[in-house]
Amino acid sequence: MFTGKFWIRWALLLVFVSAALQGAFSQATASDTQADRIAKLEQAVADAKGSADNSWMLVSSALVLMMTGPGLALFYGGLVRKKNVLATMMQSFALMALVTVLWALIGYSLSFGSGNSFIGSLSHLFLRGVGAQPEAAYAATIPQQTFMVYQLMFAIITPALITGAFAERMKFSAMVLFMVLWSVLVYDPMAHMVWGKGGLLNAALGGHFPTLDFAGGTVVHVTSGVSALVCALYLGKRLGYPQEPMPPHSVVLSFIGACLLWVGWFGFNAGSALSAGSLATSAFVATHFGAAAAVVGWVGAEWLCNGKPSALGAISGAVAGLVAITPAAGFVSPMSALCIGLIAGVVCYLMVARVKARLGYDDSLDAFGVHGVGGTVGALLTGVFATSIVNPIFKDAQGNSLPSGLLDGNAGQLLNQFVGVAIAWGLAVVGTIVILKLVDLTVGLRVSSDHEVQGLDLSQHGEEGYYFEVSA
Amino acid sequence: MTKVEAVIQTSKLEAVKIALHDIGVEGMTVLEARGHGRQKGHTEFYRGREYTVDLLPKIKLEMVLADDMVERTVDAIMGAARTGQIGDGKIFLSRVDEAIRIRNQERGIAAL
Repeated sequence: MFTGKFWIRWALLLVFVSAALQGAFSQATASDTQADRIAKLEQAVADAKGSADNSWMLVSSALVLMMTGPGLALFYGGLVRKKNVLATMMQSFALMALVTVLWALIGYSLSFGSGNSFIGSLSHLFLRGVGAQPEAAYAATIPQQTFMVYQLMFAIITPALITGAFAERMKFSAMVLFMVLWSVLVYDPMAHMVWGKGGLLNAALGGHFPTLDFAGGTVVHVTSGVSALVCALYLGKRLGYPQEPMPPHSVVLSFIGACLLWVGWFGFNAGSALSAGSLATSAFVATHFGAAAAVVGWVGAEWLCNGKPSALGAISGAVAGLVAITPAAGFVSPMSALCIGLIAGVVCYLMVARVKARLGYDDSLDAFGVHGVGGTVGALLTGVFATSIVNPIFKDAQGNSLPSGLLDGNAGQLLNQFVGVAIAWGLAVVGTIVILKLVDLTVGLRVSSDHEVQGLDLSQHGEEGYYFEVSA
Repeated sequence: MTKVEAVIQTSKLEAVKIALHDIGVEGMTVLEARGHGRQKGHTEFYRGREYTVDLLPKIKLEMVLADDMVERTVDAIMGAARTGQIGDGKIFLSRVDEAIRIRNQERGIAAL
């Protein structure tokens, strides 16, 4: 029964049927091949690019958060006296929590919602509409939620910088109230003006006075630095300042903090490219070069003036350089970054070592000297050194790139930079005075003399930073 | 019984301890202290401002000895701690009324 003929017939039938079926299927995939495959390929490429950009942006967000905690917390913590170390660190940490909640509720909406020239809107209240879809106006290849959380880290560190000015004498409760108001009334409008849709100073989105500010020279450093000065003047000097020497209780902690700031700043500046391509690289390199040159500038100036280069001076120099390169990072060449850093290092050193003493105010941790002055210098130098070769931010109607800064052939940009800086100064001064007055009238700004002498760790937080117990 | 208090340079502690052990002094208390006599401090810089640190780190040794040990002890300390410069420190001698060993309540010389 199962002869060779039987098997051959069934084998032939199997081959015939499968061939027919194959033919049928290749008829369908033949039309698939052209348009569908290209579409699928385009999607895959976009997904891959989006993945690369998103992973860089999430890492950058983490790096910027690290700048506040523990970067700034350690940097400032080491600079104060032992009895105030926890209180100082707590101020930065509290902001990590406080500003996050504010940002989620209304901060992001006020900063980045489409409102008018000065402020955003309530369209993203409670982060409504902020999800996986990119917001093309800001960053077309990453989820808007990534963009939101990245910007949040900036909103956190900006007020944290101000704490350096009123260190060792501000009530914790007053600080909390002050920061809630400052974040909403000063930071959000400034962020909107420079980076938000329709913002007055937005260079990328056709603002009326396009201010080149890549990562926040005006938004972060000028506003916080100038506000710091106002706070220092309003609150007055620490008891015993300047007669009593108040050296840092641990430059070691400050050193660690400064190094974390330097590394974290790559997220701050290079992440502001909002993508993982060559612009991020350019900003990364400029950031690093700016920091390095500023160390050389500050240390060199200090060595000449005092005869010895100090570690504290070196780390302060690095921070000054990083501040100054912040607005310029994605617009300038590496050599220009070296120039900007060098200038910032020297200028900030003189500010902190000479001018401050002469003027007599107690900006305890040099928030104004480094961030206010460094940010101003950097923002203005951005107008000098910005070049379309690095970043063609300005384009004409046909899409050809226009010169960016002074050395590029666009002298007018310096004027725009002045406007942006002036607005930052103005908003910071007016906003801070009003808020300080309000907080002083309600909660009271400054701790009592007894509490100041006892130290804020004990008086504000009931803790001691270091408890090397006497008994075993 | 005599109490010997010696304020010395921090860098001389090892040498003084060895010298004291060599002559048979078995009990001592060592404290970290700050102070100065006629020694000027040093200047440090903080944010461009120069300030003088005039409370300098010192080591204070305290020991209570039988009177016949005192002269040898003073000589041993002096020999080990002296550099010849201002800041070497001082030795103070004072009378002690009583000494008591906590473990077994021995009193007087036996407690030393």
